[in-house]
Amino acid sequence: MVFVIRRLLQSALVVLVMSLVVFVGVHLVGDPVHILINDDMTKEEVERFARQLGLDRPVHEQYLHFLGNAARGDLGNSFVHGEPALKLILERMPATLELALAAFLLAIVVGVPLGMYAGLKPESPASRAIMTGSIVGFSLPTFWVGLMLIMVFAVMLGWLPSTGRGDFGTWDGLRHLALPALNLALFKMALVTRLARAGTREAALQDYVKFARAKGLSPSRVVLVHVLKNILVPVVTVLGLELGGLIAFSVVTETVFAWPGMGKLLIDSIQRLDRPVIVAYLVITVVMFVVINLIVDLLYAALDPRVRLSEVKP
Amino acid sequence: MTYLYRVLGFVAALALSTGVLSQELRIGLASEPTSMDPHYHNLSPNNSLLSHIFESLVDQDERQRLKPGLAESWKAIDDTTWEFKLRRNVKFHDGTPFTADDVLFSFERAPNVEGSPASFAIYSRGKTLTKVDDHTLHIKTAAPYPLMPNDVSQIFIVSKKHATGAKTPDFNSGKAAVGTGAFRYVEYTPGNRIIVQRNDAYWGDKPQWARVTFRGMKSAPSRVAALLAGDVDMIEQVPAIDLERLKKDPKIDVAQIVSNRIMYLHLDHFRDDSPFVKAKDGGPIKNPLRDRRVRMAISKAIDRDAIVSRVMEDVAIKAGQLLPEGFFGVSSKLQPVAFDPNGAKKLLAEAGVPNGFRLTIHSPNDRYPNDAKIAEAIGQMLTRAGIDTQVVTMTSGVFFREASSGGPDKTPKFSLILAGWGSGTGETSSPLKSLLATHDPKKGMGGANRGRYSNPEVDKLIDQALATVDDAKRQDLLARAAEAAIEDVGIVPLHYVVNVWAMRKGFSYKARADEYTLAGGVTKSN
Repeated sequence: MVFVIRRLLQSALVVLVMSLVVFVGVHLVGDPVHILINDDMTKEEVERFARQLGLDRPVHEQYLHFLGNAARGDLGNSFVHGEPALKLILERMPATLELALAAFLLAIVVGVPLGMYAGLKPESPASRAIMTGSIVGFSLPTFWVGLMLIMVFAVMLGWLPSTGRGDFGTWDGLRHLALPALNLALFKMALVTRLARAGTREAALQDYVKFARAKGLSPSRVVLVHVLKNILVPVVTVLGLELGGLIAFSVVTETVFAWPGMGKLLIDSIQRLDRPVIVAYLVITVVMFVVINLIVDLLYAALDPRVRLSEVKP
Repeated sequence: MTYLYRVLGFVAALALSTGVLSQELRIGLASEPTSMDPHYHNLSPNNSLLSHIFESLVDQDERQRLKPGLAESWKAIDDTTWEFKLRRNVKFHDGTPFTADDVLFSFERAPNVEGSPASFAIYSRGKTLTKVDDHTLHIKTAAPYPLMPNDVSQIFIVSKKHATGAKTPDFNSGKAAVGTGAFRYVEYTPGNRIIVQRNDAYWGDKPQWARVTFRGMKSAPSRVAALLAGDVDMIEQVPAIDLERLKKDPKIDVAQIVSNRIMYLHLDHFRDDSPFVKAKDGGPIKNPLRDRRVRMAISKAIDRDAIVSRVMEDVAIKAGQLLPEGFFGVSSKLQPVAFDPNGAKKLLAEAGVPNGFRLTIHSPNDRYPNDAKIAEAIGQMLTRAGIDTQVVTMTSGVFFREASSGGPDKTPKFSLILAGWGSGTGETSSPLKSLLATHDPKKGMGGANRGRYSNPEVDKLIDQALATVDDAKRQDLLARAAEAAIEDVGIVPLHYVVNVWAMRKGFSYKARADEYTLAGGVTKSN
């Protein structure tokens, strides 16, 4: 329990520092007033607008004002849309979660078996092909792969829609999901494959595997129970962190596929210097990473009984 | 049994939906509107989309010429009063009749929307509305004001009944988004799509489309791919680099028109010691940009044809003044300055800087089509003419702050900038007033005059034009003001941007100078 509380306090501090950095950073990058206004406006009208947003005051005052509101759960209104930043982000969260989880599942379902196969039969041509494929998977830039997927599957073959999102849970929704999820999953798939292969090769030589074989357990039981369980610890650690990345920074995929998620909102907001949305977004991201890390730690304990949730005494 | 009904229902729905499909239009937008409140953000993507749902008293056609909208006629009844006759038998989407009260309400609301980033006050300020009867309206100004119909064309009329007390989120949710337009609000999901359906009780020509879906597709290659894949019927802002290929594609048609946006250079007219102008040896030099001959030399050193064909891939037209031919207030005398490197060198010699000087050109890199590339091309051209030019580009958020007020005492910071200007009103008083009139915030003049150009003759002509209600006389005054300013090289005009749409074969679009993408302008031949 102490462990959990301490982690939460640490995260609160991270959020605070991060908000300060973002606040000052966005302030240095440029002045949102000059992006949003119309050049025909008179000086008084521009000043009135700046006053309404509080942008006429010094940064430290703006920051303190922000902190005061944030403490009451109000992260401010978007400069661009005039609606609460939190609402804008939460509205788009389902789309991003759908995409990220689909990509996540795809990465595991494809990556783990491929990696284990390559680990068990490292010399076979299929394994070599898998490993070469994985190198391609994480060295090609996401936006390029995305465009190629659109070119091949939407423009040339016409099998799948090129952009946008359908209704959740319908056939149309799945068809829209297929390409962006594959695009987003590709890198993680390659990563999982390599992790699983390395883990499997190591585990295959361990005494407990030899013992299991000697005991006469079927090969499938040896692989699916004893090997799989032991390679999952590194895979879970990495994937936990990667899931956060998938949710928070699927910006490129969302932009290429016009997927109406949070990533697209973030990039639009950065371009328009919509500070409340940027800050709110990053606050949510930090909180999410903290929660995911916590879950990963708890999962560890479940997967590996040797791990105990306690702080190391200095 | 229920299963059977469900299957039957599904089949019926399928049959219906294919019937509807032929009347459904799907459009890929380059920039989405930021709100469904027609008075929240005075921005092209917003005004474009919202003109499906809302209308104004005066409408603009595809070349921004004025035509009757909710007002069937208007005239100046004396120097300071305009009379607007409103159309009868116009109904809002909920069936309530449209009257002068809705206009009064809309003009009251437009400048006073909370948190509005670019307010419509610029169009409503200084105007007093009086209702004469339900379908007659007088608008008074303190001084003669010829641009009345242009200003009025920019303010959307909302329903007094639904918009009273409504805030921007009420429009976004559709509750208050009740207009008189050819389409009704159906759905607005920010970042995803906007759906409108035909208003069958519309007073004017009914559009061909029962239902229109707009999708935001910011990334240009994705927009093109969506069109090629047939996921959308039409896209706006076709990237120049794909245009040639699309034109050759037998399944694709293209529509284009020269826009109201000019790209230009602004030069430092007001400082003797300009911060980004140095002598060849890096020492100080008296600002040569204040000499007309040097400014003309810069204009002559620029190869506009090369910029248009190489940098803009021919999606631009070289410019000799503030608006292209055919717009109100353009001069028939002004022509693009011809590329003449020797003439430029000669002028520099006459001006006492035969060996040139050092200069930095500043430009945004994410605001206009190919902005940074244009600046780089110009940098090379000027360097070839003897003016050692450095090019600095930056994101528009930084650029416009610095270019407007980044120097000491909130003066413009740069010596030579690249920028663009689109005339919302579709006539030359807009760029004259903002770019070339003497900077005077109190008068509302020279708001974007980032070179602080000041010429009493130009000011006088602009003032006269803005007080002349007679169209022919005003046209003449505006043309003379443009001639005076351009011949003095107050700005260096580069080119006009061309707007391009692409659509699937069989669809056609009445291309618009104001960049608007309107479903009503799309037709399909069978």
